[in-house]
Amino acid sequence: MRISFVLNNSDTEIDLTDDTTPLLWVIRDVLGLKGTKFGCGKAACGACTLVIDGEAVRSCLYPVKFAEGKQITTIEGLGTEENPHPIQQAWIEEIVPQCGYCQSGFMMATAALLEKHQSPTDDDIDKNITNICRCATYYRMRKAIHRAVELKGTEISETEPQKS
Amino acid sequence: MGGNKKKISRRRFLIRGGVGTLGVVAIGTYLFRNPIRRKILAVADSGESPYLGSGMEPMLWFEITKENKVVLHSPKVEMGQGTFTGLAQMAADELEVDMNQISVVHAASISGNLDSFATGGSTSISSLWQPLRELAATLREMLKQEAVKRLGFEASSIKVENGVIRVGDTELTYTEIAQGVSKWEVPKTPALKAIKNYKFIGKPIPRVDLNSKVFGDPIFGMDAEMPEMLYGAVVRPNKVGAKFISADVSKAQTMPDIVKIIEEEDFVGVVAKSFTAAERAKEAIDVTWEVTENWQTDDIREMVKVGKGKAFLLQKEGDNLKDDDNLIAMEFSSPIGAHAQLEPNGVLASVEGDKVTLKMATQVVALTRKEVAKRLDVDEEKVNIIPTYLGGGFGRRLHTPHAVQAAVMSKAVGKPVKYFFSRREEFQHDLFRPPTHHQLHGKLDDQGNIAFIQHDFSSGDVAIDAAMLPGFLHGVLGTDVGAIRGGFCHYSGIPNIRTVSWHVDLPFATSWWRSLGLLANTFAWESFMDELAIRAGKNPVAFRLAHIQDDEKGNRLKAVIKAAAKKANYKDKAVNGRAMGIAASTDAGTPCAQVAEVSVVNNEIKVHKVTCAMDPGLAINPDQIRAQCEGAIIMGMSASLYEKMELVDGELTPIIYGPYEMAQMKHAPKEIDVVLLQGSDKPGAVGEPPLGPIAAAIANAVFRITGNRLTQLPLSLT
Repeated sequence: MRISFVLNNSDTEIDLTDDTTPLLWVIRDVLGLKGTKFGCGKAACGACTLVIDGEAVRSCLYPVKFAEGKQITTIEGLGTEENPHPIQQAWIEEIVPQCGYCQSGFMMATAALLEKHQSPTDDDIDKNITNICRCATYYRMRKAIHRAVELKGTEISETEPQKS
Repeated sequence: MGGNKKKISRRRFLIRGGVGTLGVVAIGTYLFRNPIRRKILAVADSGESPYLGSGMEPMLWFEITKENKVVLHSPKVEMGQGTFTGLAQMAADELEVDMNQISVVHAASISGNLDSFATGGSTSISSLWQPLRELAATLREMLKQEAVKRLGFEASSIKVENGVIRVGDTELTYTEIAQGVSKWEVPKTPALKAIKNYKFIGKPIPRVDLNSKVFGDPIFGMDAEMPEMLYGAVVRPNKVGAKFISADVSKAQTMPDIVKIIEEEDFVGVVAKSFTAAERAKEAIDVTWEVTENWQTDDIREMVKVGKGKAFLLQKEGDNLKDDDNLIAMEFSSPIGAHAQLEPNGVLASVEGDKVTLKMATQVVALTRKEVAKRLDVDEEKVNIIPTYLGGGFGRRLHTPHAVQAAVMSKAVGKPVKYFFSRREEFQHDLFRPPTHHQLHGKLDDQGNIAFIQHDFSSGDVAIDAAMLPGFLHGVLGTDVGAIRGGFCHYSGIPNIRTVSWHVDLPFATSWWRSLGLLANTFAWESFMDELAIRAGKNPVAFRLAHIQDDEKGNRLKAVIKAAAKKANYKDKAVNGRAMGIAASTDAGTPCAQVAEVSVVNNEIKVHKVTCAMDPGLAINPDQIRAQCEGAIIMGMSASLYEKMELVDGELTPIIYGPYEMAQMKHAPKEIDVVLLQGSDKPGAVGEPPLGPIAAAIANAVFRITGNRLTQLPLSLT
């Protein structure tokens, strides 16, 4: 079965015999992007979080057939070392990661949060960021989320004059 | 490039020859004649342990690349604790290179640079503090000697900075020097710089692995790949103590994408073309298990009781405790805890003839190599373990025998096989933090000082029967070197002290969990100290300080207690529904005190702020030490307030995050204030000590709000 979607701004088409395979494994093992992690396989930990059409999705239980026609962003598509996304820049400034395994999932969950809430409160963060970090880097992650909002604001004010 | 007079083998240069780097071997200058004995003594004394090199052979420590950068091969693995960054700082300072000129990789076992102990016990930085700086300084001097030879100047007239050697207007980079050397001369170990002259040691340098972890680089064991790689799965029982009898694989055999079903004496495995295919086939195998007992949580609680099993007197100061009317007695307990690290245990194994390669996250490279070599009946030198970054360690990867199963499966199919645990397997086949039970007895004298104190504690195994430690260790020491962490009385001013450990065998595996016995033992100790202070009518800070002697260890402990209380502006009573609790511990030589600011709403305990003062000695990287404190506090909070495993009809449960309740963003304190003291000119333990005080600090705060003395972990008011 052929399935087409837009992955990190690139048109992507795959051909699979089993279209119930979770999207996570297609991204990791078929398309070779390893930044999205397997943690539990039950959508309980958030290590596999992607942004699909603006929503945070835990991809380990998301059958690949539902990806048809969707816009998918992984950590590799969020930003690059040369051009980091404000969330990644904030993560660097706050030196958030420890073991690092869950961090992609948290950054993607944050990306979806910031699409909905331009300036999330602590309460918004508590309600929306429900992934698990065993190193418990939550304290710095919260700071980084607020910092990302600031950086994003700077980005917008820098680009706005060109629009007007 | 060639060897030197100490027969540095050609093989070691060839390791990296293919990727455009130049090999430079520095020789280990520190060999322990009797490492095991030293280790026993060190562990028994303080939880510290030396770096244990693997023998007389030269080892690969550094490479100099064509870009004039240095690659440090670390025998310690990076699991989030920040060791790579600290090691890079230590090496860069003595090597005279900038931080952006040094990178750190895991030493492959074939490089010879493997630690026969492990990465654990909060010892990576402290154990390599002296040897790594000496190695780096030796390499710097080797390069200088060559430059002197080449340029013909006096050694005293040359300057070294940022990997460049200068004499007047002449410059030679480390790369240029290394390229021309056919035979290295190794000088005597040079003197090390004064600490005040270091540029990077002591500074909050960003983690060297920061970008990899922010941009999603494939650095973990789970991310490893090899051409033609297949996926493996191994059938594991759901019930504790289940014995494998037989398996009907006929249904699995016919499923799509199955390559082979592997039936060994001790396990049944599946190799398939994808992870999902392997998992599905595994589920379809019908295994007959023999289960003799369906264990329940209460059975275990009954077993882990002071007074049952073998007793061992750990600490004996002054007179025995006498039974009398004024004796204050309390009991405490802690449940079975899971590691719950996010990256499942796993390994990618490739067996081609007698050449064995494993890419994996492990804390025990040497032990894993030994186990794989033994099972495949090949020389240990033929097994190359390439460690990856660990998606969490916490002690879970101090035994990784699944490497053996992956190697057996790879051998059977003649292709690389990647095998990792499902989350259910992680939860049911964890090497758990053992449950504990504690009895404390104390007596106050007429002035309200402690006259007697006795701590009895019972715990499942931590170190006994651990694959990592030699079997005779238990016999030598008579007790469990892991379970006793935090069990001792650190209030040296109390005249009469007894500490007794009790040991029972549990029907499931328990082992190393970050900080070992510290979490539960400190919970019991420091809750009891709080209770005694209240009964004595004294301020808990002053009460603690009054029972600590003025020796070096005592003064460091006092200093962190004072610093935490001061920074938190500690108040010994609830104000507007919020209260503070204080607790302290010394673990592996590092004292730590914490003040938790807590409220209780609808019987739910909420931690608002934690102030932490810790003295790990010389702080190599203050930012990463703070990060370890922040993480340990929240991980400790998680274990203190939410986490527990149960046994229901023989099955360990829960088997998934969520039902296994853990701290999330919403639970984490909004404020964490860390004060670092440096009471020694050597770096000490960092990763585990800050897990000690948190449970008691929270419980002591709850007492001031509700009047309830909580004596069981996880803490609950319902």
